[in-house]
This record gives sequence, structure tokens and C-alpha cells, in this order.
Amino acid sequence: MEKYLSFDDIKKSLENGETDCKAIVNYYLQKIQTKAHLNAFVEVYRDSALDQAAKVDEKISSGKAGKLAGMVVGIKDVLVYKDHEFNASSNILKGFKSQFTATAIQRLIDEDAIIIGRLNCDEFGMGSSNENTCHGRVLNAADESRVPGGSSGGSAVAVQANMCTVSLGTDTGGSVRQPAAFTGLVGTKPTYSRVSRWGLIAYASSFDTIGIFSRNVRDSALVMEVIAGPDNFDSTASRKPVPHYSELLHFGKRAKVAYLTETIESAALQPEIKANTLAVIDKLKQEGHQVEEVHFPLLKYVLPTYYILTTAEASSNLSRYDGVKYGYRSPNAHNLESMYKKTRTEGFGEEVKRRIMLGTFVLSASYHDAYFTKAQRVRRLIKEFTEELLNKFDYILMPTTPSTAFKFGEHSNDPVAMYLEDLFTVQASVSGVPALSLPNGTDNQGLPIGIQVMANSFKEAELYAFGNYLMELNSN
Amino acid sequence: MKIDLDTIKKISHLARLEFDAESADKMKKDMTQILDWVEQLNEVDTTGVEPLTTMSSEVNVMREDVTGEHLSHEAGLKNAPQRDADYFRVPKVLE
Repeated sequence: MEKYLSFDDIKKSLENGETDCKAIVNYYLQKIQTKAHLNAFVEVYRDSALDQAAKVDEKISSGKAGKLAGMVVGIKDVLVYKDHEFNASSNILKGFKSQFTATAIQRLIDEDAIIIGRLNCDEFGMGSSNENTCHGRVLNAADESRVPGGSSGGSAVAVQANMCTVSLGTDTGGSVRQPAAFTGLVGTKPTYSRVSRWGLIAYASSFDTIGIFSRNVRDSALVMEVIAGPDNFDSTASRKPVPHYSELLHFGKRAKVAYLTETIESAALQPEIKANTLAVIDKLKQEGHQVEEVHFPLLKYVLPTYYILTTAEASSNLSRYDGVKYGYRSPNAHNLESMYKKTRTEGFGEEVKRRIMLGTFVLSASYHDAYFTKAQRVRRLIKEFTEELLNKFDYILMPTTPSTAFKFGEHSNDPVAMYLEDLFTVQASVSGVPALSLPNGTDNQGLPIGIQVMANSFKEAELYAFGNYLMELNSN
Repeated sequence: MKIDLDTIKKISHLARLEFDAESADKMKKDMTQILDWVEQLNEVDTTGVEPLTTMSSEVNVMREDVTGEHLSHEAGLKNAPQRDADYFRVPKVLE
């Protein structure tokens, strides 16, 4: 029988004295072993997790435990943890051991969460299927012939197959929400700048966020209130106060909800996903909420904007991997320039090189204005439209993905087809607003479907409360 | 935008990457396809719209300049592919 399916379960078992942290960690370690073929974990921190568990058990018995005592967390292989190896799923970082710990991880540890291991993902967070990884692909536990989504595929499957209580991922264009939809989980992307990016390996700095995978809204809300907030190591991190999201989950008002014609009528949308989305809209109307259809003519321009800007930022961020100070260095070089070139050529995977090339192109002198600056202008239009809409409505509701989990190799030969997987998730990323993906039934083949809710910047409390309400509404 | 091999050569040098004939050909095709797709943006009228250049609402975050903890010399050199006692070592710039 499955155990420890929510943090509330864990807390109850701890309070009743039925279990201790060591037993909880051992339970998950056992699950990790049985489900090893899913390839979610890159490395299991067996010894340090058991050590941490023993320490937390002592704290519990002396009444000094933090608010996450008993929670077991997996972390995506793009977040650094002191004295532990991490690779961003790239050969170029093979053997790298971090000298410091990401702020988000440190805050979890400070509240007595236990870190159980690091999780597979697409290389540097670039991908929508977890197939672009030096660690080998990750299997979706709902159907092992299908992808778990990406880029945080390992983080999704680790929670899906109950190998940890919650996990951290990162979401630049949908990398938490899309895999959450493909695996039937709750996936949260916070407002840009809500969570410090210190220790998050940069892909596209004006989009990158740290997000959370969980089975329920409450666990995500609790983790978010711990990891969010200002940080001396990240001057972009917002200094706005962080509410206690997990105590604000009661939803007792009439909501004003918009849904976008261009998403629900999209030719790419799988019929069952459309039907399940419309069913939620009907339920909301029946419950007396105000739900309106709104046009968003810019929808088709959101992805191209995203790809121009993120590849540009990536080409700049990834220039640091030159074989000088850390990571892989090619043994085939004869001078400094060839060391740079051979190291990067041998160390990066194909999709990463494609994005570096595109980014370098759109930033190059002759094309900078036509591509990069143009995309920055369109980004402003998209952001302003989204924020204005969210001033009129409390929430925007849409499917998380156009299709359910696809087969391995299905989009491997067509980069644009793979990019279109993020059609509905990038709007929140381009605009910087928070978004949740929630489970919304299954398709004809039993594959999980996700529904996405967006709220205005820094409205995480309202987003979680409504998300929790939608989960309850859907379970009736 | 049709990308030719000459452009691939120029851009790959800027990005410090190398492509053999076969991969250069594939990169040329992929980049042409992706650029054709992103060029849809030209349909959007952006007259008078300022480029959006920053996403955080925090500006000029100031703090006192105080002595704090830093990486030790040894920790800083820990991941070096090649080093001596004090420095990172790299191949000669000129042969």
C-alpha cells in the first residue's frame, strides 16, 4: 500500500508516534530502488538523507523541529547543493561539485526538510520531453512508452511514483507545469523574482523560476512560503512580504474567471483536453462564478517571442562553460581558442548547441534589432495584455498542454513541433505572472490531463486558494 | 531567413562551437526553419512600443559593503580541470 502521499499524512504519522523520519526516508529509498528503471533519480543521497533524518528525529523529540520536519524532497539537477555533484544533465559539467548551496534548498533544510537526491532533467532545462539529457531519458510512470514532459521530467516522476513527498523543479517556459500535467500532479510556477535564483543554473535569466511538484495544493503552498522571499545573494529577488500561503487556502468568494478563445479553439488541442477544460468552466458557472470568454489575438506570437529571448539569454549565460575553471575540458586542444571550441563542441548536446547558435544569431550586430529588440517589444505587449486582463479578472483558465504525454522520439526530428508543446505555458513565463497546473482527469488512454490557472503578479495566495477549490470541485 | 553555410561558420565562431560538414548542414536547416517560424513576429505592429528589458520590479537594491564569507582559495580551485598551487592553467594563447 502506498504511504506518505501528502505531508499531512506524514505529520499525522509522526505525531501519533507511528513512524519516524528514518523510517520515512527508508520507505522512499525502497521506492526509489523498486522504480529505478524510470530513471528519475540521477543520484540518491542515501547516507546524508539518513543522517539528516536522524538529526530531525532528535529535534522532533526535543520539540525543536522546523515546519517541514518529515518532508522528503528531491531536487532537479540544475540546483546546486554544497559538496554534492550536479551536472545540469550536461556532459560539460561532469564531475562538478558545488562549493555552495542554492538559497531555496538551504531554506528547506533550515526548516528540517530532508534532501533525498537529485533528479534527471533536460540539459540546462532545454527541452519538453526529458530526452535531451546526458543521464538517459526518464519514463512516465503512467505509461512507460511515453515521455514525462520536460524539462523537469525527473522531478515530476519522482513525485508521481511516490519516491519523495515533493520535488523542486525549474520553470522557464513551462518546465514544471507541462511535466506536472503529463504525470497528474500539481505544478507551481511562482511570479518571476518571488523565489531567489541563487544556486539555480541560469538558462534564461529574465524567465527562470524555481517551481514545485506536489500531489496537492497545500504541500506546494507550504514549500513556497518557505523558499520565497528576499535574498542578499540575488538582488532581483522581490522584497515584498511573503504571506503564509498554506494558511490562506480557504476560498469563499465569487471568482471572475477568463478563458481564452485562442486556447480552447486551438487546432492543436486534443479533444478530450478541450472537453475536460470546458467541463471545469461549466462547473464554475454552476457554482455561481463569473466565467467569460476573452480573445487573445497575440497567442500565436508568444512562443516565437519566448524562443528569440530565451535563446539570446542562453547564448550569453552558457558562454561561461569554456573549460577553464570547472567542468569538462577537451583533451584535443592545441591552443586556448581551440580549447574553448573543442570543449564546448564535445561537452554540449545538440539542442543546447542549436539554442546557443540561434541566440548568438539574434544578438549578432546585423540582426539584433530585427529579432531581439522586436521580441522585447512584443514581450511588452503580451505582458501588458496579460496584466490588464488580470486586473479585470481574478484568474485566467486554460489547458496546460495541447496534448497528453507523447511517445519517445515523436518530436525528435522537428524542433518546432517540440517547441509547440509549450504553447499554453509560455504566456505566464513571458509575462512573469504565477501559474499552477492541476490534474484534470485523463484522456481515452488513461493519460493525465492538466488544467492551468494564472493569476496576477504576486497573487500566489489567491492562486493557491483557487487551485485548492478547483481540486475539491473536481473531486465531487 | 535562409541561413547559409557561411553564416553558420561566422556564428559558430562567435559562439565558440565547431560543426563538421554533416552537422553544419543540419544546423543550417534547423535554424532556417526556426527563424522562418519566429519571423511571424513581423506581423505584430510594435510602433511606439518600448522594448521590455527588465522583469524584476526591484531596482537599485543597495546594501552596505561589509566583509563577509568568501570562497577559500582551495575551494575556488576545487573544480579546475587543470591547476597549479595558485592558478587555473590553460593552454598557450599563441603557439
